[in-house]
Amino acid sequence: MFRMLLAATLSVMAMVAGPAAAGPGAKDELVIGITQFPSTLHPNIESMLAKSYVLGMTRRPFTVYDKDWKLVCLLCTELPTIENGLAKPVDLPPEEGKTQGKRGIEVTYTIQPGAKWGDGVPVTTRDVVFTWEVGRHPMSGVASAEFYRRVTRIEVKDERTFTFHVDKLSFEFASIGGFQLLPAHLEREAFADPAQYRFRTRFDTDPTNPGLHFGPYRIVEVATGSHIALERNPHWYGPKPHFRRIVVRAIENTAALEANLLSGAVDYVAGELGLSLDQGMAFEQRHRDRYAVQYKPGLVYEHIDVNLDNPILADRRVRQALLLGIDREKLTQTLFGGRQPVARGAIHPLDWVHADDLPAYAFDPKQAGALLDDAGWPRKGTGIRQNAAGDRLALELMTTSGNRARELVQQVLQSQWRQIGVEVKLRNEPPRVFFGETVSKRKFPALAMFAWLSSPEGVPRTTLHSDSIPRPTNNFAGQNYPGYAVPEMDRLIEQIEVELDRDRRRQLWHAQQQLYARDLPVLPLFFRADPFVVPKWLQGIEPTGHQYPTTLWVENWRVAGP
Amino acid sequence: MSRFLVHRLLQAALLVAMMSFVCYALIGLMPGDPIDLMLSSDPRLTPEDAIRLKAIHGLDRPIVERYLAWLAKALSGEFGYSRLYAQPASAVLGPRLANTALLMGVSLTMAALIALPIAVAAAARAGSGFDRAVNALCFAGISVPTFWLALVLIMIFAVQLGWLPAAGLPMARDPSLVERGRHLILPLATLTLAAIGGHVRYVRAAMIEALGQDYIRTAHAKGLHPRRVLWRHALRNALLPYVTVLALDCGALVSGALITETMFGYPGMGKLIFDAVMGNDYNLALLALLLVTALTVFCNLLADLAYAALDPRIRQG
Repeated sequence: MFRMLLAATLSVMAMVAGPAAAGPGAKDELVIGITQFPSTLHPNIESMLAKSYVLGMTRRPFTVYDKDWKLVCLLCTELPTIENGLAKPVDLPPEEGKTQGKRGIEVTYTIQPGAKWGDGVPVTTRDVVFTWEVGRHPMSGVASAEFYRRVTRIEVKDERTFTFHVDKLSFEFASIGGFQLLPAHLEREAFADPAQYRFRTRFDTDPTNPGLHFGPYRIVEVATGSHIALERNPHWYGPKPHFRRIVVRAIENTAALEANLLSGAVDYVAGELGLSLDQGMAFEQRHRDRYAVQYKPGLVYEHIDVNLDNPILADRRVRQALLLGIDREKLTQTLFGGRQPVARGAIHPLDWVHADDLPAYAFDPKQAGALLDDAGWPRKGTGIRQNAAGDRLALELMTTSGNRARELVQQVLQSQWRQIGVEVKLRNEPPRVFFGETVSKRKFPALAMFAWLSSPEGVPRTTLHSDSIPRPTNNFAGQNYPGYAVPEMDRLIEQIEVELDRDRRRQLWHAQQQLYARDLPVLPLFFRADPFVVPKWLQGIEPTGHQYPTTLWVENWRVAGP
Repeated sequence: MSRFLVHRLLQAALLVAMMSFVCYALIGLMPGDPIDLMLSSDPRLTPEDAIRLKAIHGLDRPIVERYLAWLAKALSGEFGYSRLYAQPASAVLGPRLANTALLMGVSLTMAALIALPIAVAAAARAGSGFDRAVNALCFAGISVPTFWLALVLIMIFAVQLGWLPAAGLPMARDPSLVERGRHLILPLATLTLAAIGGHVRYVRAAMIEALGQDYIRTAHAKGLHPRRVLWRHALRNALLPYVTVLALDCGALVSGALITETMFGYPGMGKLIFDAVMGNDYNLALLALLLVTALTVFCNLLADLAYAALDPRIRQG
């Protein structure tokens, strides 16, 4: 009711609204609207998209995936490869009681010449070593410490060149996007007591200190809960950015965000944290004269996790029938204007390891019915199927309440599955309960619909390896929520992780995707697309479709020429 | 009177102490914890990370143990650090409290100042066309969802007319007082318009009841000017229940207005409390909720004193 009221109001108001938004003119300030305010600005404590978005303008990771999903250097000068000699696999000495040691790797990077913190102090290997010390300390509060633990030693060659000694060989050896440098000259004092570091770090106690940043911009104002203002960093080593000042404004309500955009209070709504797809499409319809709405389907994989402990769903034929019973092409065409491509598996078609020959599971209610008949769920008339014991083929489909797109998809699925004789009950929970309890502790009785955000060529160890099934014994820490335990999948994941040869790795990935598509521990739906609402006078924003935000290339943003 | 005051103050202190445990336990009883949520959104986190992070944030200890540790520190004036903002909870709270007190204080005052004369006038002409129109407007005001009202105001005054900014806080560095004021107009208007209806209804009902009392008839019989009877005799009695409503509303001076703050991107207490509770930020949520409790209790105490001032029978009895 409220949504209808809201939509009607926006439509009517938008029709009568005049062009209040200011034109570009000699614009040197850009106001970006996002829907979340970062709670902390420390680059390594807590992972939060809003923080990554803002910090994308103030710092640079050593390596990132670019818009074409290729790994590139940003803070380093050359990407290490085995061919160029900057990466060397090594045999590590055997651990006590073992005869054979693991394989590790030594990877060498050089920091960009001219890289300086915002207070003029050069970025050096001292910062690298300090960041590693903070990251590996168990009390520092760094969220993902796996990489820091894997680096056993840092060999400092000079002020700018260093070598990581890593105790695990992995094809991802060159990718260190999560290793975000900390300024040793400012942060060492706060780290004197590691247990207190997260409370004393200058990123939170003195966030406008220029020495904390070395990107094209530095933070000059933090109005907690409202906005963060950034201005050009005079010590930035790259090309001078166009905008003198950028303000990132947090407006959590997307309808209010849209109104702010129309009023000119906000220039641009970030796709990473902005309008939903349906809002973006509706906005495009109304304001295509002034705004270009860009859509890039990315690595947000909407899917349905299947609880394999459920006796009905333990049968692969039932899972396959469920997928065949969904007209996913029509669903994405009708609900999302075809902007969210149907997924054949968890690997995105833009990823170089994506297999093109996977079964499509195109809509085929007849085949779905045949599979269910085979599985012992015959249909009498047009009603719900029942097995020999008289049990109805009834499943519960859960998702996050309040997410309109998911609730719509849920209703379509319920209707389509009913046509093949499957009764589906819908039960939704607030995200807090759904993710914090139901999914993470595998309490969903049958089907749980949500999304994963991955990285290009992201190995699904935590989501598909049998070691990662959440159990009380591992403190419910894994993310293999379906409870999928197949030795072949475990073996493939383990082999992919250490295979350095691209061709052989592609073959392994192919086998992994075939197995995934055959077993369907997860029902793939589609890859989500985020709308970037860009005024026509603003150029240079290139959506990436993965976890690295567009702001990492903010120096390329500019006002369109005459 | 002083005995009464001491008694009420002791009651209030006990209530606040009890509320501290209730709030702490309620937050702790919520499903999942922040690390569980972090795990479900970040596939890079390992089981070792989860165990380490829970230990760092004290989430691996029983809730009673955590509460007692907090209480011991709170009694010595230390309210701990906010987990979400990595700052002392009191430091996070300060600016938000000031923002909310300004927004809610002004809107509450404006709502009361506008509602009082309208309610008195409507009660004096009960059943008239004016009264019916006021009633209809009041019901409309009460029924309209705040987010919708905010959106309509933004669309008219910020988008269509371009007269006022859509955001609650200016983004310029060191904005002038006028600029700050301009940004506050729409959030204030939203809150005031949303509140007026309720206030008018309370005062109008109390006034109609007061106007039917014997002492009003006596006052009229004594030949007092009708305006004096209305404003000095009837309103004084009608204000008694209204004071209770205002006292209860005082809690909002620190609890904020979540929806309005969200719509205008205004950093106030409503959004802060919501985020702190949802993010299991015990120290911050607890301090904020205790402030709300303490202020509500204090305002009720003030209401009791106001009762005594307004009604001599209470003072004497």
